[in-house]
Amino acid sequence: MTVVDVAVVGGGIVGCAVARELAGRRLSVALLEARGDIGDVTSKANTAILHTGFDATPGSLESRLVRRGYDLLTAYAVPAGIPLERVGAVLVAWDDEQLATLPTLLAKAVANGYDHGGLIDVDEVYRRLPNLAPGALGGLLIPDESIVCSWTSALAFATEAVHRGAALLLRHRVTGVDVGPERTVLRTEAGDVTTSWVVNAAGLGADVLDRLLGHDRFTVVPRRGELIVFDKLARELVEHIVLPVPTARGKGVLVSPTIYGNVMLGPTSENIEDRTATATTTHGLEFLLDKGRALMPRLLEEDVTAAYAGLRAATEHDDYVVDVDADQRYVLLGGIRSTGLTSSLALAEHVVGLLAACGLDVDPREDLPAVPRMPNIGEAFLRPYADAERIDADPEYGRLVCFCERVSRGEVRDAFASTVPPCDLDGLRRRTRALMGRCQGFYCGAEVSRLLGESTGGGAS
Amino acid sequence: MTSSTTVDVVVVGAGPAGLTAARDLARDRSVLVLDREAEAGGIPRHSDHLGYGMRDLRRVTTGPAYARRLVEAARSAGAEVRTEAAATGWAGERTLEVTSPSGRRTVTGRAVVLATGARERPRSARLVPGDRPAGVLTTGQLQNLVHLQHRSPGRRAVVVGAELVSWSAVLTLREAGCAVVLMTTQHEQGESYAALRGPARLALRVPVSTRTAVVRVVGRDRVEGVEIRDLRTGQTRVVACDTVVFTGDWIPDHELARLGGLDVDPATKGPRVDAALRTSRPGVFAAGNVVHPVDTADVAALDGRHVADHVRRWLDTRTGAEPGARIVALPPFRWVAPSLLTPGAEAPARRRLLMWADEHRNVPRLVARQDGREVGRRSMPWPVAPGRVFRAPWSLLEKADPRGGEVTIGVL
Repeated sequence: MTVVDVAVVGGGIVGCAVARELAGRRLSVALLEARGDIGDVTSKANTAILHTGFDATPGSLESRLVRRGYDLLTAYAVPAGIPLERVGAVLVAWDDEQLATLPTLLAKAVANGYDHGGLIDVDEVYRRLPNLAPGALGGLLIPDESIVCSWTSALAFATEAVHRGAALLLRHRVTGVDVGPERTVLRTEAGDVTTSWVVNAAGLGADVLDRLLGHDRFTVVPRRGELIVFDKLARELVEHIVLPVPTARGKGVLVSPTIYGNVMLGPTSENIEDRTATATTTHGLEFLLDKGRALMPRLLEEDVTAAYAGLRAATEHDDYVVDVDADQRYVLLGGIRSTGLTSSLALAEHVVGLLAACGLDVDPREDLPAVPRMPNIGEAFLRPYADAERIDADPEYGRLVCFCERVSRGEVRDAFASTVPPCDLDGLRRRTRALMGRCQGFYCGAEVSRLLGESTGGGAS
Repeated sequence: MTSSTTVDVVVVGAGPAGLTAARDLARDRSVLVLDREAEAGGIPRHSDHLGYGMRDLRRVTTGPAYARRLVEAARSAGAEVRTEAAATGWAGERTLEVTSPSGRRTVTGRAVVLATGARERPRSARLVPGDRPAGVLTTGQLQNLVHLQHRSPGRRAVVVGAELVSWSAVLTLREAGCAVVLMTTQHEQGESYAALRGPARLALRVPVSTRTAVVRVVGRDRVEGVEIRDLRTGQTRVVACDTVVFTGDWIPDHELARLGGLDVDPATKGPRVDAALRTSRPGVFAAGNVVHPVDTADVAALDGRHVADHVRRWLDTRTGAEPGARIVALPPFRWVAPSLLTPGAEAPARRRLLMWADEHRNVPRLVARQDGREVGRRSMPWPVAPGRVFRAPWSLLEKADPRGGEVTIGVL
């Protein structure tokens, strides 16, 4: 039986960040994840945009944490080797009403503490986005909006948490909670975990866990977002994130370069009931293609590499639902929607503050290991296949197993030998990019499955 | 450290087209063939059934035997065939960046032949919605799995498509002990050779649903079924299966051509070539299924033989193609190759224009037009059918002017 000071429930980007932060204090930490891998639910299927928070609601917790999280993750990405590109975003106005909204959005950005935005005229819009459909009237430039590898981010946090001594408990779905006077017992599918404190970072299941602790304060309404990823040959068509002017119905559909060198179109936004419904739909994909055709017709001439759907953990509240209950020794991080990637490190910092206010000793340890250096899977940075010195030192980096994404056998080997190894093909894809390319396995699917089978000792397919 | 090599001819792709070109050129030139796979031979390596070598070797053999024979022929003619060598981009007009276990290097050819072949569009590129479970394959992946890895695909499969390659998938599934519960095709009739269709269907006992489309994949971790829509009635039904194989729907492996900025034919999506298989860059040629996605392996091999003569001519004279007239396919045709008529380019391989159709035509009468005038007309003895190449005589264009406007080819 595991006994710890703090149990973090949920191995998404937020839970991993919190576990990493708390493991850096004089606290014993366990990170409980229901699935076989970290970052395997909401965190794996998002737009992977690092937000400046320019369009958040001024004064909200989300606004503050997104601003702070942007700075923290940007700084952390350097030593951890997390791919990050400051590509900038252009909000494009397509009619007079939208054009008139842009100065309001600029003022909102300033109110959110972001003052590098600027209005640009239509010529500048087309200079920056020559493949944009005709008919734009003007734009708002947000030069600091960035794209980041959300997979590497979550993995770096989890890896560092483990290096700092946290216990990573995979396949530990919490099924019951007994809060005692000094200890809380978390009943899981893989046995009990006894802890002093509980941090709820359970994402789509955060309200269920909250109710197990006797509360009734929010309901997660999964918001499905379908996304289409275009071939890498489309990448030269778009150098910035192209954003629509937000409406009451949401942020709308964007076109963005991806950190892996593709172009992304999406997301849709659809409130649904099933918390596991990550299937794409005919109407969703058709809607996106119509939008894409209207925004950048040239994009539609390229092949689609992937289409997928993710669920954002939206709630009935406008802001994050963050609270601490000192009596129950319980911290809730609920309703962390699509901005959670950006705010993750700030949320972790925030949790430390909440725990300190409850009298916990949160002094940093002095014997911390170095920040882990993660393998680079970003297209804009040197990858092993193109690294002559690296191949000379170890020929396995010159032996490609996934041709479309140029993934070497050395990288696959490294992933299996890493602190937080993959347990299936999808996990391997998130660590190496293997099989995420245009052929989707035509050439290398069988070989990569074989390597997975070898490594996990089973006949994975 | 990056090292560099220079040879007379660099061939990218050790499939039938590349190996045949290498064999013919290696007699009197230095030839380096690059292939990213661990074993040379291309697609035939994993098509373990008869039907290879008819037109080029004048004998019928299996895919793997055919592949071995081509590799052996190229090597004994003096070509260096280097495997696990992936050309990832260009470092000059005819210089390629290459990654292999022996290092990252550049390779320069006085001529370059792109013979990178074609692949099937996977489920995602076809935008078939639904979950993303395991068990969704292309024929290529299936045959890799079964013939090279000796693993089992599943127990009940639905095959999407009813063209030649689809039947190849059926044979492979059968051999692996996986039942084919349905073949589905959007067309009115199975696309493959009429001769094969009836008897093969009978022999293999595969139910074929024509005028149907797969509209959804069902199953979270493993495929549980596919939803099929009847295109005539609009009705849908779910067919239970644990494997679905998307076959055909070919796209050339055009990445190097695109990265190099070569002119690309929007219809084939492969590099645009003239009858001498010259691309828009002097000294860079393209042959095989990267130019016509896809014809049979033996036709690709004959392309390799054809391109060798023109590569040799380029090496001797260093004279590239003059600008020419584009050749455009009209419906029911989707594409035509070659798609450029240049002065003095003579005829293409086997004096044939290769075309791909989206609809059946029983007794086609082809007509070629240029600048508002008819320049050629032919009645064809064989039908036009989707799912396989339609071959037309090059003489259809003998009165077309390479210095004139666009040439169109359609049916009357």
